[in-house]
Amino acid sequence: MPDPLPTDSVGIVTPQTLHFDTPITLACNRTLESYDLVIETYGKLNADASNAVLICHALSGHHHAAGYHSEDDRKPGWWDSCIGPGKPIDTNRFFVVSLNNLGGCHGSTGPGSTNPQTGQPYGPDFPVITVRDWVHSQALLADRLGIDCWAAVVGGSLGGMQALQWSLDYPDRLKHAVVIASTPRLSAQNIAFNEVARQAITSDREFHDGRYYEHNTLPRRGLMLARMVGHITYLSDASMGEKFGRELRDQAYKFGYDAEFQVESYLRYQGERFSESFDANTYLLMTRALDYFDPAYEHDNDLAKALLRARCEFLVLSFSTDWRFTPARSEELVNAMIAARRRVSYAEIDAPWGHDAFLIPTPRYTAIFEAYMDRVAREVGA
Amino acid sequence: MRTDLKIIEQWIRPGSHVLDLGCGDGTLLDYLQREKQATGFGLEINPDHITTCMGRGVSVIEQNLDTQGLGNFEDETFDTVLMTQALQAVRRPDMVLDEMLRVGREGIVTFPNFAYWKLRWYLMRRGRMPESETLPYKWYNTPNIHLCTFKDFEALCYRKGYRILTRTVVDGEHQDRWLSRLWPNMLGQIAIYRITREDS
Repeated sequence: MPDPLPTDSVGIVTPQTLHFDTPITLACNRTLESYDLVIETYGKLNADASNAVLICHALSGHHHAAGYHSEDDRKPGWWDSCIGPGKPIDTNRFFVVSLNNLGGCHGSTGPGSTNPQTGQPYGPDFPVITVRDWVHSQALLADRLGIDCWAAVVGGSLGGMQALQWSLDYPDRLKHAVVIASTPRLSAQNIAFNEVARQAITSDREFHDGRYYEHNTLPRRGLMLARMVGHITYLSDASMGEKFGRELRDQAYKFGYDAEFQVESYLRYQGERFSESFDANTYLLMTRALDYFDPAYEHDNDLAKALLRARCEFLVLSFSTDWRFTPARSEELVNAMIAARRRVSYAEIDAPWGHDAFLIPTPRYTAIFEAYMDRVAREVGA
Repeated sequence: MRTDLKIIEQWIRPGSHVLDLGCGDGTLLDYLQREKQATGFGLEINPDHITTCMGRGVSVIEQNLDTQGLGNFEDETFDTVLMTQALQAVRRPDMVLDEMLRVGREGIVTFPNFAYWKLRWYLMRRGRMPESETLPYKWYNTPNIHLCTFKDFEALCYRKGYRILTRTVVDGEHQDRWLSRLWPNMLGQIAIYRITREDS
């Protein structure tokens, strides 16, 4: 944690675990008898509970979106650039709720949690969770927190899908949905990348069909490879070129297959670090949730028809160099909203960082996000 | 509010679904939303304008008419499609007009009259491309690449089979003067046309 603490930081935050013991039935028709959700909140809920903003996380995200857990914390939460006093999601005005989704590996009930029926970790027995299930559990969380209607549900990437799903499943429980660097459904290429990641994990000898906990081991190699592939899709050719180019770790080629290029050692380092901190079964689950997301599916593949249920206003943002979920995918979503006569604003932001750009503040991104959220705040009297 | 926007406002029926091409900072749409319960979108490419629109609650889509067209809008989506002071700046005004009247039942277009007497006089006296308060650019850096006269515009409407429902001719301050009504193509500076397809 920097000293002194920047004035636009939420400072030290403490996660809370909420236990739910009413069974929740999932899209796969299975039921979780009880579960925990870990959350963090920033700012204060106002008297009429109208200033609440829900933050939905992406594939490897979690509840720790802003601030620091302790003074020794090196890095703040994953979206600290956008959440805090005076930041686009202004914690002086909004009550911000951020959670770790069901199936996650940062404290909410997931494959690594103990299955009360067996006393062992769920592992592969943990149900496959969908975006719709997450939104369902988030609605139950809102009930618990006394929030009838979110001022806004906000998310990037997989988080944006949750914001979109909210608008369809609980149309009267949000005023705005902010869908950033997202897509209404994965393309074949997106699914293909996910499949490579899953194959990397499941073919690791240490995976043990997902029961690696009982074998006191982890499918580190598999998870590392999965992350390396994923990581490439989050960056752009230009940003990788700028960061690493063809730079070598030493002066000359060694005519071997070790990590000689900087980009190789960077990817290995990122992959290794990730494989120590993330759960392989959760990774499988999250990528599957991505694959399955397709709100148009139940409406004759007509997204506009699906959107007729939505009541909220939308802000859709894309980034010029995002090749994972390209601006064209956001435009597909926007055009369906236009056809369905929903209220939507859209901008494509010039940024060199590929898909990751939604995490990196740039002047235009910040200005738009700030202007829009300021208006949301004024609307709800925050 | 700008006088031309006030004139346009009279032609918008309450509750209309409106598309504003080159909506700027959203002043008109904001006004129509509040005073006429209108719904709809603005298209804009200027980043600052887009931000302003978002901040004031005007639905704005970043979309370039020249490169992206209006292909993402279905036929007759809107009651009225507006384009103020942008016709002369697009690559193919004729195609934009076609698209306007495809996605909307009515179009409202405003543009400067290149046959205004002061511009004629400028060209005649100096032999140089006219510059004025409404057209403050040099020939090489002007965004106004398709300037026309009222007569030109009406000839195009005739050729395309558009019906002109209303024409209001105003001066540089957007005032409706009796002189410009007398001889519009010579004395009018800006025209506000309301058009529709002949068959509708």
